[in-house]
Amino acid sequence: MRQIVLVFLLFISANTFAQDTTVVNHASSHEVAVEKLDNIYGEVSHTESAEEESPVDVIMNHVADANIYHIATINGKHITFGLPCILWRNNKLSVFSSSRFHHEEVVDGFTLDHHTGKVVDAATGKRSSDLLSYFGATDSSKFIDFSITKNVFTMLLGVLLLTIAFSMVVRSYKRGANVAPKGFQALFEPIFLYIYEDVIKQNLGKKADKYAPYLLSLFFFILIINLIGLIPFFPGGANASGNISFTAVLAICTFLVITLNGNKHYWHHIFAMPGVPKWVLIILTPVEIAGMFVKPFALAMRLFGNITSGHVVILSLVSLIFILGKNGESLGGAFAGSAMAVPFVLFMSALELLVAFLQAYIFTLLSAIFISSAVAEDEHH
Amino acid sequence: MTGLAAIGAGLAAIGAGLGIGLIGNKAMEGIARQPEALDGIRGTFILGAALVEGAALIGMILSFLMNS
Repeated sequence: MRQIVLVFLLFISANTFAQDTTVVNHASSHEVAVEKLDNIYGEVSHTESAEEESPVDVIMNHVADANIYHIATINGKHITFGLPCILWRNNKLSVFSSSRFHHEEVVDGFTLDHHTGKVVDAATGKRSSDLLSYFGATDSSKFIDFSITKNVFTMLLGVLLLTIAFSMVVRSYKRGANVAPKGFQALFEPIFLYIYEDVIKQNLGKKADKYAPYLLSLFFFILIINLIGLIPFFPGGANASGNISFTAVLAICTFLVITLNGNKHYWHHIFAMPGVPKWVLIILTPVEIAGMFVKPFALAMRLFGNITSGHVVILSLVSLIFILGKNGESLGGAFAGSAMAVPFVLFMSALELLVAFLQAYIFTLLSAIFISSAVAEDEHH
Repeated sequence: MTGLAAIGAGLAAIGAGLGIGLIGNKAMEGIARQPEALDGIRGTFILGAALVEGAALIGMILSFLMNS
């Protein structure tokens, strides 16, 4: 029980960290990528009115994080769900709901970029800085964004759902061990057992029980975030597991578990691979050391790439309706686009359901394999 | 530069396609010969596919970054 609580705490603290680094990520590479992509494809939809958003903009803004939950726009009126903004500037904390931006342009010197849904500095229009450049610079307009953004909201929702679901499962187990499973218990037991038996036990053998809480939390956490991300309307839709900071934090957790639990055989194999000539070690040791970091890096990239590309493909197919329909000018085009897009979106969504499971499975499987290679006792000596 | 990055992403996709195709080919063969080994083959297949795909995704993301 204590271990489970610990893992949950780890994930919740991971959320804070993920949010923190999100700022770095989106402020730099995403922004530029969005602009570039916009330049390439922008002309497709920028027909007459420059105010119309291009599909690439819409897609990239969806894939990126935001400070406000945009639900729908009906007759030019935005329906949104305000999220708490927690901003730190000049040793002063500003806490307010982002729905206040509906009727106030500027709150505490901050404003909302309605295009991207991000809180920016009202005077300069700049986004939040990361910790390093905040404390390094003297620029008083810099600020740090600790807000509960869309992605953080999704993560908290996922944690909440998992906590409720699993406490119900635990309750039904306590009620009677010999009763046939039903409800949540019947839903989770096969998945739980499959991961435990086929993934964890098979790779970790005797040590399975030590790492099972971590690996199973990893699996269910990634799974629930992936699934929430696939819901196209309000509580879902955020691309949390397609956020590089989120996946990086999970990969760092795995890296820490590997590194902290690695036995002497593991370190021996990295720094002085047994059974090879001495001069080969000059090449092999750097490769092995790089491998230590490449493994979690690949883990993070795999999850990020799969989920983000899934979201992008689905949204691109939806955008087809608006591209062919010339943003509502051509009804026939819109119909043709819908006829093409709807079956494909349905197909892709079904595929993404599979991917959601598969990626959670893969992340857990690879973590289990990496951990087992670090903690395995040497048998052939 | 943009075109080159797109070509790079495409090449990464070709590589991953070939890789996963080969894995699938051999997995199919293995299952056809020994249907009772399905469970073991399936796990190994998914693992191999994931590793191949990881390389492709890193290529794709790098090309994405080059693009910007």
